[in-house]
Amino acid sequence: MTTPLLELKNLKIAYGGINAVKGISLTVNPGELTTLIGANGAGKTSTLKAIAGMVKTASGDVIYEGESITHQPSYTIARKRLSLVPEGRGVFPQLTVEENLAMGAYIRNDHAEIKTDVERIFAMFARLKERRAQTAGTLSGGEQQMLAIGRALMARPKLLLLDEPSMGLAPIMVQKILEVVREVAATGVTILLVEQNAKLALEVSSKGYVMDGGEITLADDAKALLTNPKVREAYLGEAA
Amino acid sequence: MDIFLQQIVNGLTLGCVYAVVALGYTMVYGIIQLINFAHGEVVMIGAMVAFTVITALAGSGAPPVIIVLAGITAAIPVCMATGYIVERTAYRPLRNAPRLAPLITAIGVSIVLQHVAMMIWGRNYISFPQIVQFTPYHITSNPNGATISNIQIVIILMSVAMMALLLGLVYKTRMGIAMRAVSQRPDVAGLMGVNINSVISFTFMIGAALGALAGVMVGSYYGIAHYQMGFLLGLKAFSAAVLGGIGNLGGAVLGGILMGLIESLGAGYMGDITNVCTLDKFLPGFQSLCEANPNSSFFGSNYKDVYAFIVLILVLVFRPQGLLGERTGDRA
Repeated sequence: MTTPLLELKNLKIAYGGINAVKGISLTVNPGELTTLIGANGAGKTSTLKAIAGMVKTASGDVIYEGESITHQPSYTIARKRLSLVPEGRGVFPQLTVEENLAMGAYIRNDHAEIKTDVERIFAMFARLKERRAQTAGTLSGGEQQMLAIGRALMARPKLLLLDEPSMGLAPIMVQKILEVVREVAATGVTILLVEQNAKLALEVSSKGYVMDGGEITLADDAKALLTNPKVREAYLGEAA
Repeated sequence: MDIFLQQIVNGLTLGCVYAVVALGYTMVYGIIQLINFAHGEVVMIGAMVAFTVITALAGSGAPPVIIVLAGITAAIPVCMATGYIVERTAYRPLRNAPRLAPLITAIGVSIVLQHVAMMIWGRNYISFPQIVQFTPYHITSNPNGATISNIQIVIILMSVAMMALLLGLVYKTRMGIAMRAVSQRPDVAGLMGVNINSVISFTFMIGAALGALAGVMVGSYYGIAHYQMGFLLGLKAFSAAVLGGIGNLGGAVLGGILMGLIESLGAGYMGDITNVCTLDKFLPGFQSLCEANPNSSFFGSNYKDVYAFIVLILVLVFRPQGLLGERTGDRA
């Protein structure tokens, strides 16, 4: 039994009296790619934001590396090498690609290593290298997503939270982004992936949770979820 | 021609001071979209503190340069502390309030600071001790022509150095990138491990330090200080920041210098332009006035404070984003 890297215990989130997340528990084991799927408004984004300290939790606990980070501000959580790639990418539109990557490495001081990491990111995303001096706001949606993921990797995260990386992208770009997610996972980074594109997400993941109406309704191996009739009907658009 | 050159020199000097003050407005606006109306008062406090120190040391026999430097060295930390305290106590609690609330608070803070200064330094004009010998240098061969003084040279050089340092800080350092990141997406900057509150405090303190220097410069240039001096100076510098495009550092520099030149040339030439005999050539009905009093004008240099606000109105009507107003390249 491995100790989980991240554990949510009965987490509740409310926005002005409306319960967005109604007490969920999940675990993310080190080295694994876990996915959280569900429809719009199921509370997936709220869950990720709560883990990263961007929204307040109503009750419950977020345990990261055996320590409660529930009420810590986002910048202290980020310094524990927990990176969130927010929904809608969140690049800094008026900073250049290089400056965005430098922001990703804000918590680090090892300048030589940071340089090699920038080159590593550029090797992974050749398009970003071509556009290194351009401001991020001028990039296409797919390029911005690559930049957002690259920027998060610059922190050398132990846990990477990805919020809908495929949102609003052309199908070919969706494939490319999920391929990158798989590559990153293969380098040993633990990932919690939130996706609406359930099929692709489950295909790259080892474990999956299904969220609906602020609650977790199913939890299983990703392979099992792919063949689960309920999931097939509700999220994969196939007849049961 | 010499009058024109002289007005240009005076305008540049004044413009440099406006630019340094405008940078304080624009930096704070850039990071939290707040017009910090109390910034003019920070400039005033800088002038007052420097005045106190310089007066205290004036009789000591120390070299004038050392005394002025001591005044600056005292003014900067006092102003930085003021900037920090104002942000911490007045603006931070209103960070997520509707925008009108911090704006009105800023006006309130401005009044509070004025009156604190009045209690400390009194309500009279106080004159800066003239410890530095005023030396004019001719810039043309004409012995009665335009001059530039040693004080003007120092003001211009110091302002340029400050602007260069600031631009270097904002565009070349890690802190500068963090400042720009916070101004664009504060929530995401937090995800990068940036302590947003520290960055905002830092921005206020840098702006206040610039304000302190501007206060010392304007105090030694005019030779006087007053607890209300920050009000008009602040409004002019704010107008300069809007002229250049608020939130844009280069814009603040450009706007400040233009504002200084406009004010100086306006003050210098408005009398000639509105002279009754000149007007007689274009408009009917001035002949008797011209004959009676050929040197009288409708407006004179005492209207110099008006130009900043004429410019402000024109900018707001015709180019609200300012000369270098930022176009957002954001299409996500």
